[in-house]
Amino acid sequence: MKLGKLTVAVAAAFTTFAAYADITVGVTLSATGPAASLGIPEKNTLALLPTTIGGQKVNYIVLDDASDTTTAVKNVRKLISENKVDVIVGSTITPNSLAMIDVVAEAETPMISMAASARIVDPANPKTRWVFKTPQNDQQMAIAIAAHMAGQGVKTVAFIGFNDAYGEGWYQEFVKYADTYKLKVVASERYSRADTSVTGQVLKMMAAKPDAVLIAGSGTPAALPQVTLKERGFAGKYYQTHGIANNDFLRVGGKNVEGTFLPAGPILVAAQLPDSNPIKKSALAYIAKYEAAQGKGSISTFGGHAWDAGLLLQNAVPAALKKAQPGTKEFRTALRDALEATKDLVGVHGVFNMSPSDHLGFDQRARVMVRIENGAWKLDK
Amino acid sequence: MDLQIALLLGQDGITNGAIYALLSLALVLVFAVTRVIFIPQGEFVAFGALTLASFQAGKTPGTLWLLIGAGVLVALVDISLALRSGMARKIPRIVGWNLVYPAAAAAVVFLLKPNELPLLAQVVLVLALVVPLGPMLYRLAFQPLAEASVLVLLIVSVAVHLALVGLGLLFFGAEGSRTPAFSDASFDWGVMTVTGQTLWVVGASLLLIVVLAVFFERTIYGKALRATAMNRTGARLMGISTVMAGKLSFLLAALIGAFSGVLIAPITTVYYDTGFLIGLKGFVGAIVGGLASYPIAAAGAILVGLLESFSSFWASAFKEVIVFTLIIPVLVWRSLTTHHVEEDE
Repeated sequence: MKLGKLTVAVAAAFTTFAAYADITVGVTLSATGPAASLGIPEKNTLALLPTTIGGQKVNYIVLDDASDTTTAVKNVRKLISENKVDVIVGSTITPNSLAMIDVVAEAETPMISMAASARIVDPANPKTRWVFKTPQNDQQMAIAIAAHMAGQGVKTVAFIGFNDAYGEGWYQEFVKYADTYKLKVVASERYSRADTSVTGQVLKMMAAKPDAVLIAGSGTPAALPQVTLKERGFAGKYYQTHGIANNDFLRVGGKNVEGTFLPAGPILVAAQLPDSNPIKKSALAYIAKYEAAQGKGSISTFGGHAWDAGLLLQNAVPAALKKAQPGTKEFRTALRDALEATKDLVGVHGVFNMSPSDHLGFDQRARVMVRIENGAWKLDK
Repeated sequence: MDLQIALLLGQDGITNGAIYALLSLALVLVFAVTRVIFIPQGEFVAFGALTLASFQAGKTPGTLWLLIGAGVLVALVDISLALRSGMARKIPRIVGWNLVYPAAAAAVVFLLKPNELPLLAQVVLVLALVVPLGPMLYRLAFQPLAEASVLVLLIVSVAVHLALVGLGLLFFGAEGSRTPAFSDASFDWGVMTVTGQTLWVVGASLLLIVVLAVFFERTIYGKALRATAMNRTGARLMGISTVMAGKLSFLLAALIGAFSGVLIAPITTVYYDTGFLIGLKGFVGAIVGGLASYPIAAAGAILVGLLESFSSFWASAFKEVIVFTLIIPVLVWRSLTTHHVEEDE
C-alpha cells in the first residue's frame, strides 16, 4: 500500500511538471483501515473516470487516508499546497470529510465528498460553500425506513448500531422520524465492528419484544447481530441500512438475512427499475464498465458515489473552462459555481439538482426500498 | 435479568473466554521464552479463520504465497550465513524446510481441491499452511535481535503486526467471512440450550491446554522451553539452543493462534483485522497472570470473556471501556503485592 502511494505521488509529481495547464483532481479515500470495504470500490471506480474533460487532460492523484481523520487532513493539505489541485474528491467517511472542510474552505478549493452525513454540506455553515457530496443523506434513508415500517404495521422497534459515528448518526435520525410514524423505540444497543459476539445485546433487545429490529452497520459486520437474532429465534421484521449494500453481505449472511428490508440507492437494483426511470440507463452503463474491469458480481454501491463525483465534474468542468485556466484561483471559483449550478444531472444513485442551499441535490428518486430474496437484492414495490 | 439470560450470557462469555485463554497462554509462553510481547498473535487467528474460509470458497488462500515468500527469505538469509561460516552441510536442511515444504504445500493445495475435502482435512491443511509462518517470522524478525531489550522487541512486534495486517487486507480483502459450524447439534439442559459449536470451542480449548501441560511437564522439548524461560543463560550453559527454543515457542504460538481462528470462524464473522482485538483481550488475561503464570492467565482470560458478555448486556456502548479498564486495578494490585526487581539483561 505504502509503495503504491509512493509511486502514485512520484508519478504525480512528474506529470504536474510536464503539463502545466492540465486539470488536477486530488483524491483522498479510505482504501485501508476500517472503511476499506467502501474505499476500495471507490478507488477502482476512479481508475475508470475519463482522462480528458472538455478537451483538457485530467490528472487524478489518489491518496489513501487509511480511514484516519488526521491522515485525511494531511493528504488534503499536501494535495492543495504541493500538487496545486483544482478540486478535491473525498473522503470516504463522514469524520474525515468533516475535518477536511476547514482546509478546503481556507484554500478556496471545491471538494466533493463521498460520505453520507448531511452535516458535510450543512448550509448553516458558511465554509460548506466549497463542499458538495454525492451519497444520499442518512435522513432520507431514515425516513424511508420509518415510513416502510409504519406501512408494514410495525409499532415497536429495537435498534442496534455501530459504536461509532455511523451508528450514533443513524440512531439520532431514526428517533427523530420514529415519532412522526408512531413508532416506539424500545431498545437501543451498540456493538463494534470487530466484536466476536453480540449475544448480550441481542438478549436485551429480545427481552423488549419488538415488532421489528433496525441494524445500523455497514458491510459484512452488520450481519453478526442479524445472525445472532435468527439463532435466538427472533421472528419479527429485520431492517438494515444502505451501508450493507454489497454482495459480500449476502455471502456472509446467507440464509439468515432472507427477507431483510433496506433502503438503498437505485443502482443496487438497476436492472429491475422500470425503463422510464432515467437512472436505470446511467447505472447499468456504470455497472457494465466496472464489472468489465473488476470481474462479474464485483459491483458495490459505494463505487457509484465516486462515479457520481466524476459525473459532476464532467458536467461542471466545461463551463468552468470557458471562464478561466486550470491551476488558477479563478478556475476553482468558476468550478465551484458550475457545480452549484448542476441541474437535472442523472447519476447512478439519483438525479442531481444543486442549489446554494442544497449541495447534494437528490430527491426521492435517489432511494428505493429493497428486500433480500433468495440471496439477491429485490426491488420492493 | 432472569436465570435463563444469565446462563446464556455465561455460556457466551465462557465460549469467548476459552479463545482468549488460549491466546493468553500463547502470549505468556512467547514472552517467557523470548521476552517478546507478541502483538501479531491475533493475526494468526485471522489467518487461520480466513484461510479456512478461502478453502471453502474454492479460492487459493493468500497465506500460501506468504508461506512461500517467507520461506524464500529465510532460505536466502540462512544459506548466505551458512556459506559465510563454512557450514555448507546445513544447506539441505534449510532448503528442505523453507523451500521444499512450502512448494509441497502448494502442490497439495492445487492438486487436492480443498473445498471438496472433509472439514477435518481442511483444518489440517490450514494448520500446515499457517503454523510454519510462526518460526519463519521468528527467524526473520526476532532472532537477529534476540539479545535486544524488551522495548526494542516490542517495537519490532508492533511493526510485524502492522505488516501482517496489511498483508491480510491484500490477501483476503476488506470484507469478512464465516465458515459453516462443526456441528449443528444443540442440547437442552434444563433451562439452557447449548450449541454443538460452543462445546467444540470449550472442549478443544481444554484439550489443547491439557496437551500443552503434558508437553511442558513430560517432554524434553517442553522442559527445554521451561528452562529457557527461567534462565536463558543457564539454559544455554546446559546445552539448550535458545534459537531452537525461540522457534519452538513461536511455532506453538502460531499453532494456538491458527487453531483458535478455526474454532471461532463458525461463530462470528472474521475480518483481516479481527485478530488484533481478540489478541488484545487475550493480552488482558495474560496481564492478570503477570505475563508469567499460565493458570492465572487462563482464568483472567475467562474473566475477560464473562465481563465482556455481561457488560454487553447492561451497557453495550461501554463494553470495550469496561473490559480494558480491568487492566488498571489489576496492575495496581500487582504492583502493590509483588516486589519487582529491575532486571536488565
